[in-house]
Amino acid sequence: MSAQKDGWVSSLVFFLFCASSIPNCGSASLQQEPSPQHYFSGLEAGKTSLAFFTPSVSPGAQPFLEQIESSAEALQDYGVSVVKVNCPQKDVSRYCGKENALRKAFLFRGNRLIREFPTDALFDVNSIVANVLFALLFNEVKYIETLADLENIENVLKGKSNMVFAYVPATGTPEHRAVMEAAFVYGTIHQFVLTTEAALLKATSHDDPDVSSAWLLFCHCQQATDPAQPCRRTALAQPLTLLNIHRHLKLMGAPLVTEVAEDPEKISTVHLQLGLPLVFILSQRETYEADRRTAEFVAWQLLGKAGVALLSRDLVDLNVLHRSNVALKTPEEGMPIQYLVLEDTDEVITLVEDKNKVKQIQEDEQEEEEEDEDEKENNNQDIQDDQVVEAVSRDKKRELPLEQILVLTEENFHSSLSEAARTVVLFYASWEAVSLAVLRSYSEVAALLKGTPGVLLSRVNCWDWPGLCSQENVTQFPTMRVYKEGQQSVTYGGMWGTEELSSFILLSQVSCPLKLATMDEAEGYLRGEFPPKLSSHHHTSLLGVFSTATSKAMEAFEEAGNILSGHVRMGMYFEDDALALSRKYSVSPPALLLTRSGSQSVESISLSKHSVQDMVQMIRYELLDIFPEITVPNLPQYLQLGKPFLILFSAGDISQMESEEMLKLAKGRAQQAFVACWLNLKKTPVGHGILRTYFSTAPSLPVLLWVNLHAGGQVFKFPSEQSITEMNILAWLEKLQAGLEIPSSTLSEEDWKPPLPAYDFLQMMEPSVPELSPHPGDTPAQHPPQSPGGDTAGGDTATREEPSQESTAEGVGSPGRGLRGTAPRLAARDKQGKRHSEL
Amino acid sequence: LGLALYTGSLCMVSGATFLYHDYCIIGAGPAGLQVAYFLQQAGRDYIVFERSHSPGSFFALYPRHRKLISINKQYTGKSNSEFNLRHDWNSLLSHDRRLLFRRYSRDFFPNADTMVRYLEDFASLLKLQVQYNTAIIHVTLEKNEQAWNGHYFLLTDQDRKNYKCSSLLVAAGTWVPNVVNFPGSEYVEGYETVSTNPEDFTGQTVLILGRGNSAFETAENILGVTNFIHMVSRSRVRLSWATHYVGDLRAINNGLLDTYQLKSLDGLLEGDLEDLAIVKDKKGKLHITLRFYLENRNISAGIDSITLPQDELDNFATRAPYDRVIRCLGWKFDFSIYNRSLRMMPGKGNIKKYPQIKPSYESKGTRGLFVLGTASHSVDFRKSAGGFIHGFRYTTRAVHRLLENRHHGVPWPSTVYPITQLTNSVIKRVNEASGLYQMFSVLADIILLRENATEFEYLEEYPIGILAELEMQTGRKVRNGLFVIIMEYGRNFSGADKDVFYYNRAVGEAQHAWQSNFLHPVIYYYKRLPTEREMRLHHPDWPLPRPDAIHHIVEDFLTDWTAPNAHILPLRRFLENCLSTDLRNFFAESCFLFAFTHQKQPPFCQEGYVRMQGLVGSQELRHHAVQAGLLQDYTHRDFSDDRRPGSHDGSRQPVIRDHGIPVRPLQHLVNAKDE
Repeated sequence: MSAQKDGWVSSLVFFLFCASSIPNCGSASLQQEPSPQHYFSGLEAGKTSLAFFTPSVSPGAQPFLEQIESSAEALQDYGVSVVKVNCPQKDVSRYCGKENALRKAFLFRGNRLIREFPTDALFDVNSIVANVLFALLFNEVKYIETLADLENIENVLKGKSNMVFAYVPATGTPEHRAVMEAAFVYGTIHQFVLTTEAALLKATSHDDPDVSSAWLLFCHCQQATDPAQPCRRTALAQPLTLLNIHRHLKLMGAPLVTEVAEDPEKISTVHLQLGLPLVFILSQRETYEADRRTAEFVAWQLLGKAGVALLSRDLVDLNVLHRSNVALKTPEEGMPIQYLVLEDTDEVITLVEDKNKVKQIQEDEQEEEEEDEDEKENNNQDIQDDQVVEAVSRDKKRELPLEQILVLTEENFHSSLSEAARTVVLFYASWEAVSLAVLRSYSEVAALLKGTPGVLLSRVNCWDWPGLCSQENVTQFPTMRVYKEGQQSVTYGGMWGTEELSSFILLSQVSCPLKLATMDEAEGYLRGEFPPKLSSHHHTSLLGVFSTATSKAMEAFEEAGNILSGHVRMGMYFEDDALALSRKYSVSPPALLLTRSGSQSVESISLSKHSVQDMVQMIRYELLDIFPEITVPNLPQYLQLGKPFLILFSAGDISQMESEEMLKLAKGRAQQAFVACWLNLKKTPVGHGILRTYFSTAPSLPVLLWVNLHAGGQVFKFPSEQSITEMNILAWLEKLQAGLEIPSSTLSEEDWKPPLPAYDFLQMMEPSVPELSPHPGDTPAQHPPQSPGGDTAGGDTATREEPSQESTAEGVGSPGRGLRGTAPRLAARDKQGKRHSEL
Repeated sequence: LGLALYTGSLCMVSGATFLYHDYCIIGAGPAGLQVAYFLQQAGRDYIVFERSHSPGSFFALYPRHRKLISINKQYTGKSNSEFNLRHDWNSLLSHDRRLLFRRYSRDFFPNADTMVRYLEDFASLLKLQVQYNTAIIHVTLEKNEQAWNGHYFLLTDQDRKNYKCSSLLVAAGTWVPNVVNFPGSEYVEGYETVSTNPEDFTGQTVLILGRGNSAFETAENILGVTNFIHMVSRSRVRLSWATHYVGDLRAINNGLLDTYQLKSLDGLLEGDLEDLAIVKDKKGKLHITLRFYLENRNISAGIDSITLPQDELDNFATRAPYDRVIRCLGWKFDFSIYNRSLRMMPGKGNIKKYPQIKPSYESKGTRGLFVLGTASHSVDFRKSAGGFIHGFRYTTRAVHRLLENRHHGVPWPSTVYPITQLTNSVIKRVNEASGLYQMFSVLADIILLRENATEFEYLEEYPIGILAELEMQTGRKVRNGLFVIIMEYGRNFSGADKDVFYYNRAVGEAQHAWQSNFLHPVIYYYKRLPTEREMRLHHPDWPLPRPDAIHHIVEDFLTDWTAPNAHILPLRRFLENCLSTDLRNFFAESCFLFAFTHQKQPPFCQEGYVRMQGLVGSQELRHHAVQAGLLQDYTHRDFSDDRRPGSHDGSRQPVIRDHGIPVRPLQHLVNAKDE
């Protein structure tokens, strides 16, 4: 225990030793001199050094020493070494002996003393560097106190060189240091002038300047010719830092207007390198002189904000509008050059300044940017994003051919129903988009079925006759019903497409199930020849065969027929010789016989379940194909099975081979756990959209996919190098089940959220109607805290009320209101007003 | 209940014979007949007592000049019967289309005799149980724990016949004339009896007390033959077109305002009638003076000893003597027949002519006593139309529905719809519903959301004053938030001093809809039912407490709120954001794509396409949708040369140019997986 403790202590001691010795041994810039003699003997001519003398034991000057030490590195950049000279005890020489000399630092060039600084002027690194450089650059940086001094210097410089005039509130500040450091570099090129006089600042800047912040002017005296006029000045707009001054001086040094004779895309100037835009004035030979003047004028305006180049169109083959006169190149990589047609130079200037503003906002205020985005989004709120509504309103001018469709009203509804054997009624609302979309299909149905005897197509506009619609229990728009005399009406529950609607209407003509009287009829029915009314339409025919002993099944079948009426062709045969029929197809009643459309073969199914629901479901299931082509209208039938899809996407019809293999696969496992199907991209082009969602690059067609529509949503792609055969697919499926394949894609799990936000009227109302929020504490975010603390309660309410009044006034007087006024102004949608406030 | 029903209609209580009914209704005016109709339709045991020999006895006498000021609009350009009721202020509600007032009169402002005839027909055609010539002169309570409300109502008629009821519906109206007593008020003629023959006023100078429609109606009648007419009342004139309240002075009666302001001797004065005094001089002329001057005088000493104001103030306004003074001060409810135990108290302030009732129209003093019709106007006095036929026919229906739920277990009628019909059902109602329109800010449609927001239940015309009690009053459950749909005028738009014709009074843009001034639909969304406390504490200017979200449908000049972009789209966005779902419609093709690319389907596809009821859409429509950039056309595109979805696709540019409509490519709807 104690040994461990000892070790701990010794390592701590070691650490302390290291830490205290680092400044001495780690930093090469702070020299230590054992004695004054040693120091002075070592001074080289031309070398500058800052020395301070310290008795070997002197705890008082400790903070100052720290600052000195840390400035050593900075000063080294300017060739100044910082030396700490240890005064031996009892030394009474010039620097060590006097008490007050120990409170000073001394600047030597060679062995000549240039300045001595009291330690309280060297309070931090900035002040040390500033003061040392100020002393060294005595000639390069003129310190002045009056306006006359400034004018004198200016006059002397005119025609010779430029001047940098800086105001700093005090010496030793970071700004002072920045100016001095800049002067160190540029002092030989430009004349630097420094002042700390606020009066001078006021005399040189336009509006009321802030005397507490530094200020730098670049005075273009080199080009100045008129002795009476002061030199042109360009102020530094950014805070005074070394980098900004450097940038500013660099820009000032660049040529005012660059003449360019090559592709602007390739041009790069100092401005672009410094992150500023470059404005091209597009010039032609004929107007060169004027353009040159314009460019110079603009350049002066934009000095420090953007570069200006004069681009001669005659020399460069530009693929832009002839009218374009200005181009703007921004420093962002890859941004195309904008070519513009501008009227005057102000526009050029606003263009650049706004760009900068935008950029600044983007850089500085992330939050505001988000707000901007919100606003942008809000602007889209009034753009229709409902495809059906938009399509219908774009189509509203077209007059629908509705002559074939009888208009029913409260007055003629019941009388009309009794006129025809079957009346089809479409209940709709004339303002509702889905209704109107269906009405269009309905009018096509009317044209298709024109002249079909016994069918009367009619419509009821529930907006005109709400009483009739509620009496007929229509709660949804649209609703289509087939009314038969003396029977219950049948409500349509299928796709709202022209084909599906007409097929339903046609099938509804025949009772469902149709009672067949003779064997001939039954046979004819299975062949699709009976009843003759429907012979021209291809439908799967379903025939229920019953004997007298199976009346219960027969009742259920009849009930199922009512439900499926219009969707399925159903017949029933229950004559005495039903047995003969069942024997022929080797079934025993109750049984179903089924002929698929386009096929001659008769399938037989025995009926084991006798509930209506089961029978409906069974019939629906039996109607499904084994290997169907999936289309937009038939997909839901297969979706309802709730199984994954094994789907072959094909560019056109699938080949015989693929078809056979897939069919084998589908049949192979009668109780398949999946739906084997295919999709013809030619017939169902939206399939391209599916593939595009699944794959980033187009797969070669045909492509076989396993889609877990209901569980997990994974999509797997059958390897394209393998041929589509039953064996290969089965092997692949096994691998899938075993989890050995990686899904190509997964279906989005996202919820269907509102596409865009709503107008937040609650928020809009709150400022003007504060009573809406009974407890102001509930919504703290409403009033941004304006003056935290210091404000009396009265003052607080005053500041709160003010914005609310303002916003009310704005609201009432806002030009957006009323310009499209309904009553007072007939000139309707005048969007001008909306923009006014934006501009 | 059972006891009451099965003991038959005759029962003996403390020796007196009582005729029993579940519901007794006092008054066979419009409100009494209206509630009788609903009770009859519901097969309830009820009786209406009417003191006169025929219904609507008030209208047999009033208005004296026989012109009703409720409009009877024959044509609206629409066949929608519900909508047309918005502009039919005289019909009562019934299933019988013969009983529409426009079949009785072609006048825009019909004659009161027509109303009497209409009410007679209403009672007889619908075979309502009305007992005429029965004036109820006393009503008292009998405690009985088995009674619906803990007591029975015992009614006594003028022949001392007694009746007993479980529920009492008072539809007696306000028919007792307001009388002001001041010295000389014996010289004042009442509106009830004053001559309606203008010739009786020829060359006379008339002072009318009161400033309501009856006063102006009286003035209008004699305007042409009098020397001049002065009108005096305490309050300033309130013009109904400025206040949007039909009980204020209607423009049809305001001829005197015209002549006053056009310097034709007639005039209006403000003053408290209580301070007034009238003295008659020897010539029979009536002089106006102040009660103050009379206090120390002996009136019998004659006119000469009485100081008249003009003696001190020689330009006193009403210094000219009048030939006649007519009192037209309106009516009040007859409180006299109710036993103290019923605590039928007059309201306070400007509603003292009405009995105190709750927003459910039940008396504050007695459970089971409901006030209907004009007498129930304290609920919305000077706000909505509850004091007039076109308003109280709906509040009466609401009361009947409350009673059905309370006493017969029949919940408030409602319809359940799939969520896809949400926008539609709101649009349908705000466009045609008459009850919401007439009883604006009083009756509201309520949408109760079911779990998961897949279905909703729609309740029509529920009194918003009792919103907090919704579950108890309707028998319906609030499971998952609710919408309250009402209609409102703009705040600070209606009022006696307001300029209702100022420039830019109409808002046209949907985003400024909350500043709409004219009557427009407003939808409040609450995540849960407001509590009684919240209802009590909400700001009086607001019809409801602070909602979780609110939507205004921008006012419309035609009151037709079916514009797809200005009305329906913002409403849909509001509903979507409240429910946090996507309520757009999609063509079958889009649903097909979603079925293959999304595990969840938008409600429209889920309700429609997936259930085999997809909207296929005609060729033209799909073409339009493609052109709008809302549906992708894959037919003419080869996969390979198509750019990645979501990238800035230059090939869409022409679409913009063609139609000038911003393009929202389908990919944004589909949320391609690579995002």
